[in-house]
Amino acid sequence: MKSLARHLLCFAAAAISVTALAQAPEWKKIRIGVEGNYPPFSQIAPSGDLSGFDIDIANAICAQLKAECTLVKQEWDGMIPALNVKKFDAIVASMTISEERKKAVDFSDPYYDVPSRWVAKAGAFKDATPESLKGKKIAVIRNSPRAKFVADNYKGSETLLVNKETDVYMELTAGRADIGFGSSVVSGEAFLKKPEGKGYAQVGPAVNLGAGAGVGIAIRKGDDALRDKINSALKAIMANGTYKKLADKYFDFDVSPNRK
Amino acid sequence: MIDWSVVVGSLPDFFAGLKVTLLLLAISLASGLLLSVPLAVARVSPNPWLAKPVWLYTYVIRGTPLLVQLFIIYYGFAQIEFIRESVAWNLFREAWFCAWLAFAINTTAYTTEIIAGALRATPHGEIEAAKSLGMSNFDLYRRILLPSALRRALPQYSNEAVGMMHATAIASTVTLVDLTRVARDVYANHLATVEAFGTVAVFYFVLTFSLIGIFRLAERRWLKHLRPQTDVTPADAVIAK
Repeated sequence: MKSLARHLLCFAAAAISVTALAQAPEWKKIRIGVEGNYPPFSQIAPSGDLSGFDIDIANAICAQLKAECTLVKQEWDGMIPALNVKKFDAIVASMTISEERKKAVDFSDPYYDVPSRWVAKAGAFKDATPESLKGKKIAVIRNSPRAKFVADNYKGSETLLVNKETDVYMELTAGRADIGFGSSVVSGEAFLKKPEGKGYAQVGPAVNLGAGAGVGIAIRKGDDALRDKINSALKAIMANGTYKKLADKYFDFDVSPNRK
Repeated sequence: MIDWSVVVGSLPDFFAGLKVTLLLLAISLASGLLLSVPLAVARVSPNPWLAKPVWLYTYVIRGTPLLVQLFIIYYGFAQIEFIRESVAWNLFREAWFCAWLAFAINTTAYTTEIIAGALRATPHGEIEAAKSLGMSNFDLYRRILLPSALRRALPQYSNEAVGMMHATAIASTVTLVDLTRVARDVYANHLATVEAFGTVAVFYFVLTFSLIGIFRLAERRWLKHLRPQTDVTPADAVIAK
């Protein structure tokens, strides 16, 4: 009896691993984690519909791969854990490629690259050096390379760690922070060009974090087949003009990682 | 299975979060209790000009989620220029103040109803006896109604206090780094689910049982007269006389 049970168990285990092996490299179905609070890259309409550059890139990759994709909305601070517990298979959420994150996930080639920028009330600051921001309150999204950059370099300033990128500008206009540090594109397109951004301006030059590593698609460590597929799809949509068409929908400047 | 280095390494953060959680709970409960005693007296008053506004307040607050109340105070008020220009903004710009205000308003509503219910449950005989001795209304409340109502409200109030303790987790949505926020940050930085949320669960467990223990002691002291007196036989009672 015992050995029969053992045989059955072995058989079941073998069957499971065979099906797992048979399914994994196909990647006909991909679940993609997105964030929704990062306009114009990712936003949710009041109707619940997701839109933005991240969303379009995700859909374009899936179309290129002829894969069936499901977008899964996930809050920023649970993004990487959710990927690793297989709530989804890839993250397309404007995630900057960083050394810290590479310890937990693998990244595709970058799909865009834009610098970070300081934003404050026009005329409030001449520049954004640690000296001129001493004693001031900086709003920045938590658990991010930007938050790390601020913590490492602006020790004399207070930091207000917010839960999503759009909160940086909300806290700034509410007066709970003196200056905000965020994506140059989010602050430019979704704040400074909007009525609520009136009277605010960028401070100092653009800041390139992570030595221009850019923003990539995160996948679980070891999912090399999926990474290769995503990279080839990225190459294809950049070559066939799809990427440019999508980028032009949102930006009047070049966001591609390969620009000079 | 469990990476103890993550747990131990983040313990200082958890204790800092515990301090925030406890402080928020203490100031919210204290101000809520102070406010709800007069409000409960107004709530059971026969005068509708006193009773109805309190009824409306507890009705609205108990009918809306605490999260929404906190968001209105923290995010909503910040949108109103009139408030941003006023002196009050010095308070409203602080996440601490917003959280305290929302929690105090919320727990006051529930505590008012708890005490009002206990006031209504006062035996008529006690009130009649007090009146027959010529007590004024003020004396009646001070010496008869409130002391016994507050005692009777203890078991229910302990539930409210524990509920409020759990509700302080909502403060993590408005940039306060309480126990829950620490757990979420540990989770995000170390990708360690069990270590982050298991540790914070232990903290909340200990808090809950400590709170319940404190209320048990309080009930033993102030609700002694309601416990069955098993150690006193009728014969003893006669001899004692």
